Amino acid sequence: MKYAYFPGCSLKGLGRAYEESLLPVMEKLGVELVELNDWNCCGATAYMSVDETKACILAARNLAIAEKTGSRDLVTPCSACYLVLNKTKHYLKDSPEIRGSVQRALEGAGLRYSGEMPVRHPLDILVHDVGLDVIREKVVRPLTGLKVAPYYGCQVVRPYATFDDAWNPTTMDRLLATLGAEVVPYPLKTKCCGGSLTGTLPDTGLRLTYILLKEAVRRGADVIATICPLCQFNLDAYHDQLTRQWGPVPIPTVYFTQLMGLAFGLPESQLGLRRNFVRMKPLPALPARA
Amino acid sequence: MKTNLTNGDIRIGFYICHCGHNIGGVVDCTAVAHEITGLPGVVVSRDYKYMCSDPGQELIRNDIREHALNRIVVASCSPLLHEHTFRNAVEAGGLNRYFFQMVNIREHDSWVHTDHAKATTKAVALARAAVLRVRFHRALETTRVAIHPDVLVVGGGISGIHAALTLANAGKKVYLVERDPSIGGHMAKFDKTFPTLDCAACILTPKMSAVRANKNIKLWTYSEVAKVDGYVGNYTVTVRRKPRYVNEELCIGCQECIEACVFKEGKYPDEFNVGLSKRKPIYIPFPQAVPQVVVIDPERCLQLKSGRCKKTCVEACADRQAIDFTQKEEMAEIKVGNIIVATGFKLFDAKRIPQYGYGLYPNVVTSIELERLVTSSGPTGGEIIMRDGRTPQSVAFVLCVGSRDFRTNRWCSRTCCMHSMKLAQLVREHTGADVTVFYLDIRAPGKGCEEFYDKSLKDGIQFVRGRVAEVTDWALTPEEEGKLVIRAEDTLAGVVRRIPVDMIVLAVGMEPQADSQAVRRLFNMSCGSEGWFLEKHPKLAPVSTFTDGVFIAGCCQGPKDIPDSIAQAGAAAAEAMALIDRGYIEQEPNTAYVVEEDCSGCKSCLPLCPYTAITLDGTTQKATINAALCKGCGTCVAACPSGSIRQHLFEDDEIFSEIEGVLTHA
Repeated sequence: MKYAYFPGCSLKGLGRAYEESLLPVMEKLGVELVELNDWNCCGATAYMSVDETKACILAARNLAIAEKTGSRDLVTPCSACYLVLNKTKHYLKDSPEIRGSVQRALEGAGLRYSGEMPVRHPLDILVHDVGLDVIREKVVRPLTGLKVAPYYGCQVVRPYATFDDAWNPTTMDRLLATLGAEVVPYPLKTKCCGGSLTGTLPDTGLRLTYILLKEAVRRGADVIATICPLCQFNLDAYHDQLTRQWGPVPIPTVYFTQLMGLAFGLPESQLGLRRNFVRMKPLPALPARA
Repeated sequence: MKTNLTNGDIRIGFYICHCGHNIGGVVDCTAVAHEITGLPGVVVSRDYKYMCSDPGQELIRNDIREHALNRIVVASCSPLLHEHTFRNAVEAGGLNRYFFQMVNIREHDSWVHTDHAKATTKAVALARAAVLRVRFHRALETTRVAIHPDVLVVGGGISGIHAALTLANAGKKVYLVERDPSIGGHMAKFDKTFPTLDCAACILTPKMSAVRANKNIKLWTYSEVAKVDGYVGNYTVTVRRKPRYVNEELCIGCQECIEACVFKEGKYPDEFNVGLSKRKPIYIPFPQAVPQVVVIDPERCLQLKSGRCKKTCVEACADRQAIDFTQKEEMAEIKVGNIIVATGFKLFDAKRIPQYGYGLYPNVVTSIELERLVTSSGPTGGEIIMRDGRTPQSVAFVLCVGSRDFRTNRWCSRTCCMHSMKLAQLVREHTGADVTVFYLDIRAPGKGCEEFYDKSLKDGIQFVRGRVAEVTDWALTPEEEGKLVIRAEDTLAGVVRRIPVDMIVLAVGMEPQADSQAVRRLFNMSCGSEGWFLEKHPKLAPVSTFTDGVFIAGCCQGPKDIPDSIAQAGAAAAEAMALIDRGYIEQEPNTAYVVEEDCSGCKSCLPLCPYTAITLDGTTQKATINAALCKGCGTCVAACPSGSIRQHLFEDDEIFSEIEGVLTHA
């Protein structure tokens, strides 16, 4: 299996641990991710709210480059990239004005984009293309006894719930269970993490972050698994402020790919786990074999 | 095409109806009347505001006398509505009622077109066709078919019970067929009824007992209609009687067998208590069940499943020997003249709206679950408690769950506002809890219902207008910890609210039964797009269907409360009685018939007839058609290779001249 791969800026910066765990896990499963040549900023949500047309041009350049590779699908792990690229696809389809502007801009750069190439999330690829049975075969160190709260964030299911249910997504739940983990019922799985409000309106943003952490602790989770770099950052980076304001909520937040890496027996040091502010405790000892 | 008139001097009267603005607002009726004047044989051509009115009919009668008319054409609404009216007028004028043709220029023209000129042209073409056709109409006679006096009532809820009792009290014999082991339906599960707060059981159970006691009612519970043959006045119905493994004649309802069952405690979800309690494999649905006969669940009973049980129930029954593990499903065939379908509704499955957390949070319950909790005969003896045994301090009701929502069902379920207010008052009475009701609009149009709403407001029940967005169990503030939180937009205050409560009640709406399509086909009825059984006319024939002798009552026709269900049940019973007491039905003569000398006896027509009306005469080897069974569908007429099957009112000359009339350009 071979896919075009758009990492986006997060995976090269704050969310480095995501890529560090994603690539070896995919390799282990025989999935080849070919990084796009000369990709640029996806446009992100901030750009979208300032100038939609320019944001679409920015995103469409990446889509055009991806299409040129001849791959069937474009994979992007960051939820913001995933949303913006999908949104651009929809805008180009629905709005003739935006489509015209984007086409002119792309032509200026000697590019063209047909609008056909699907933009997909690694979670979708893993569960629907690779399959849980294949993943189960690769598990050498089951996560037995580890209680995980599956946290999807908002952007992969809203507004485009393409591969999972918008209200109650379950792909990651099933994936984590395949790894042997105990999935804690977590109805907040698509609630807002605070997004960029943690930086711009900290009182509002951090309260949202706090609720997610507090509720995960209350429900007995050892760790929160996430699929989005911004969610991971928000849930991991503000513990000092959260503790000052509301009291401690000591729970680590890791990428689902990091948990996959652990279950596949990949060395902890290579999965980016030490980049966390709140470190994950060593895995619970496996019950002795009968 | 032969056009010589075999019926002597043809004198046609043509009438076009304005139907107020319904037709007159689109079609230029005067112009049509003028256009028709010039056609051969037309003696009178008039337009009139309301042809169906008395003066309109009088016009026809007078003209027949004054102008010696012998053919009448009326261009107005659908024949479904007024063909009968005008045929009567023609007959009253002294003509054979089939010397008449009706043209539908309302449903087929003015209601569906906006271009006035084109609609008028179309009306002329349709009218011309009828005028050309009516010249060939022959005098025909209706035939009379006797009506079987017995009635089948399908469904033993309050509607079916009331219909059966009404008929039985008038001396008619009734078969009441109910799918479940007891009659009573949804109403048997209710504690009190709105808006009077009288006890549901106190008004229902006497009626249930009356059904059991009435000699004119044959009650078949645990039974389903499997097949319906025949036509109005003469239905043959096959009823599937499921084995209850207890002989109904021998069981006296002492329930000692239930006591003695090898299962010491109830183990399986009790259907009557909507799963809030457990029952044994041998059980009686509820204490007031009618009949008072136990039933054995074959999916759960050890003896029936494995054949290896101590059969302590049989021991307990002792000499009575009512328990019979060898019972098999039986088919019973009955003859009835009329059928009343009162198959009710099913409740909306709250799990279909995942954001309301039903099935996820234990203290999110449905309105029917709360109903069982409030009832003194319910699983908690009438105590409103949460799953952990605590009494709720605060309760919220969410209205329109699965109603008035384009994502689920668009219709209003009509009863949930009042039902929820009733439950809200009972909750306050039983627990003193704070009650908040989230609503879109309060619909309290029934008698005494607005007053009940008023009382609810005065009793301190809080009403918040807005559709609930979601139910969660995560807390934003210390007050919310450990509670369920409702998030809703308060559309009156213009704010988004979070309200923490202990218990949430989802007022689930009504839906057509899961098998309503199969039932519809069984009785040859129609369904609206939502799946409710369709009445013949929404105002004028609310309990009739398009199949004569099949009537509908209660919620199978659409959501309604108990008083409305009873009213419909009574109406359906009266409609059936009107047919029975007349003793016969007039059968339209538009049936197919065989011209014997042309029939080659090829038998092509035999398998085509949907009503098995055609047989092959053993001696003549020719097809014969039973006019009583023929519905005039015309299938055999079209299929007959030798053209030897013809049909009254659809003779070749009639149809060809009609076609000619449409295709002729003025």
